[in-house]
Amino acid sequence: MAAVITAAVPAASSSLDWIRRNPTIVIGSTILGLFVAIALIAPWIAGDPLSFDPLNRLKRPSKEFWFGTDQFGRDVFSRVVYGTRISLIVGVSVAVIATVTGLLVGVLCGYYRRLDDIVMRVMDGLMAIPAILLAIALITLMKASLLIVVIAISIPEIPRVVRLVRSVVLSVRGLPYIEAAVASGARSRIIMTRHILPSTVAPLVVQSTYVCASAILIEAGLSFLGAGTPPEIPSWGNVISLGRAFFQISPWIIFFPGLMLAIAVLAINLVGDGLRDSLDPRIARRM
Amino acid sequence: MASEPEVAVTANAVLSVRDLRTHFLTRDGAVRAVDGVSFDVKRGETLCIVGESGCGKSVSALSIMRLIPENVGRSMAGSVRLEGTELTTLSERQMRAIRGNRISMIFQEPMTSLNPVLTVGAQIAESLRIHQRLPQRAAWERAVEMLAMVRIADPARRAADYPHQLSGGMRQRVMIAIALACNPQVLIADEPTTALDVTIQAQILNLMLELKQRLSTAIVLITHDLGVVAETAQRAIVMYAGRKVEEAPVAELFRNPLHPYTRGLINSIPRRTAAGRRTNIRGRLQEISGIVPSLREEIVGCAFAPRCSFAVERCSRERPALDPHAPEHLAACWEVARVAAAVR
Repeated sequence: MAAVITAAVPAASSSLDWIRRNPTIVIGSTILGLFVAIALIAPWIAGDPLSFDPLNRLKRPSKEFWFGTDQFGRDVFSRVVYGTRISLIVGVSVAVIATVTGLLVGVLCGYYRRLDDIVMRVMDGLMAIPAILLAIALITLMKASLLIVVIAISIPEIPRVVRLVRSVVLSVRGLPYIEAAVASGARSRIIMTRHILPSTVAPLVVQSTYVCASAILIEAGLSFLGAGTPPEIPSWGNVISLGRAFFQISPWIIFFPGLMLAIAVLAINLVGDGLRDSLDPRIARRM
Repeated sequence: MASEPEVAVTANAVLSVRDLRTHFLTRDGAVRAVDGVSFDVKRGETLCIVGESGCGKSVSALSIMRLIPENVGRSMAGSVRLEGTELTTLSERQMRAIRGNRISMIFQEPMTSLNPVLTVGAQIAESLRIHQRLPQRAAWERAVEMLAMVRIADPARRAADYPHQLSGGMRQRVMIAIALACNPQVLIADEPTTALDVTIQAQILNLMLELKQRLSTAIVLITHDLGVVAETAQRAIVMYAGRKVEEAPVAELFRNPLHPYTRGLINSIPRRTAAGRRTNIRGRLQEISGIVPSLREEIVGCAFAPRCSFAVERCSRERPALDPHAPEHLAACWEVARVAAAVR
């Protein structure tokens, strides 16, 4: 046989091709990368976000104070830079906690039908609790801290992940290859981890980005209400909350953290949408 | 309850099924999918189970493997012995150690019976790792050997392929490799070639027969294709409405079918000799008129009677016993003598 058919897609330009086909992922993750970099090098690019400077109160943005100063003369730029850390920490930890717990519960519920009846009712109950109310209740009961904020935001997110994972498990477990795996003597644990789990990864990754974005927004909302991150920690929500009173004379206190918040959430959602399109071509075509 | 006579356990039977009953309890009553089926499979033998859709072939196979989930309202009775081990009373854990190890199954759909996210090598290796506790490396090497054995070209590279990269015939070869990886005593193949095109069907059947010889595995081949039966099996069982109606060595079955249903099945095979003596004059394809009876009601008498041209009054009243009429030839019909004498 002389004729050999070679693959039509040249391998060399595949990474460039990938970038061209997934612009949203590239743009979103570039912006996110910037935020991560800012969070990591905060001590070197920003001054002390807590030091008062009564002589420089409510200064407008200038060469010295890039984002202006607040009513205590604190540098808004430094506070926003340090706030990036808080937002990213909250976003990522909530995403990880909600995804891991949701995956575990979701796979077990989808696989063991008897467990499903009970657990899903509990999940329905959890879903009915508004995140903000739960957070306010938890923080009132316990001392305000970042950990409590993370837990309070995670709890209402878990049922959403559970539902997603469970629906994927239910659709996969009836497929012939699962029956074939049972017929070859595989244990439940192997069937769940090797045959069912991989199918949940793609939708789960996408969902986790949305959870991350919504956690950042909720954290800012809670801090704005004074029920979130303790005031001594400069989070975007805290900065906005304190700047509210001076909004009319010095809007920059609210403007810059608000802008950062919007860009961060937008970037994460861009990554999520891009991942969804590239991981599940069927959804992309439908949209 | 009219039960068929106990057939003496054949000395070298590797799998013996006795009075297997699988009923599904639905809202409108019990569906008797399998209603008292008995048979033996000898070591290294190919036994075909034939019958039309819904006659209980697949449910029998799944029942033997105990793969019908208990929560769907099924009730099972009877005995399944694999080399003397009673399978029906084993715990789920003990049963898992047997499935895929001493008794394997191949399904009809090679397209969907493989996990799309795992390489075929990993899927063959999985059963070796479960049952023979082989380390990853050794299991993979054995998987490559298995792929070579089922005649997949370039097995070392193909082992790293995903199912979607293989053709239907190759996937069914992979399924066979998985099923035979642990060298089982019995392989149950549930219409293994139905989803494949004709040339591939022949290849897959030949492969199964060749491997059977090599590994001395007994094969239970479930099919609705009498052509497959003629080419592959030593013995055949004909099932109708959840029961065995005839059992005979294959040559005897085709030469001298004793049950009118078997006769109808054989007559409905298209023949090339258009005006030959076995076809009727116009060369028209014969069919069995009527439809399969509902399995929801208790069937009184012979289930085939309403469709049978030999039926007499007794047939709708009394269920015919499965009696031997020739050596190793059982048939459940009151009118065997008339059926045998009739010109086909």
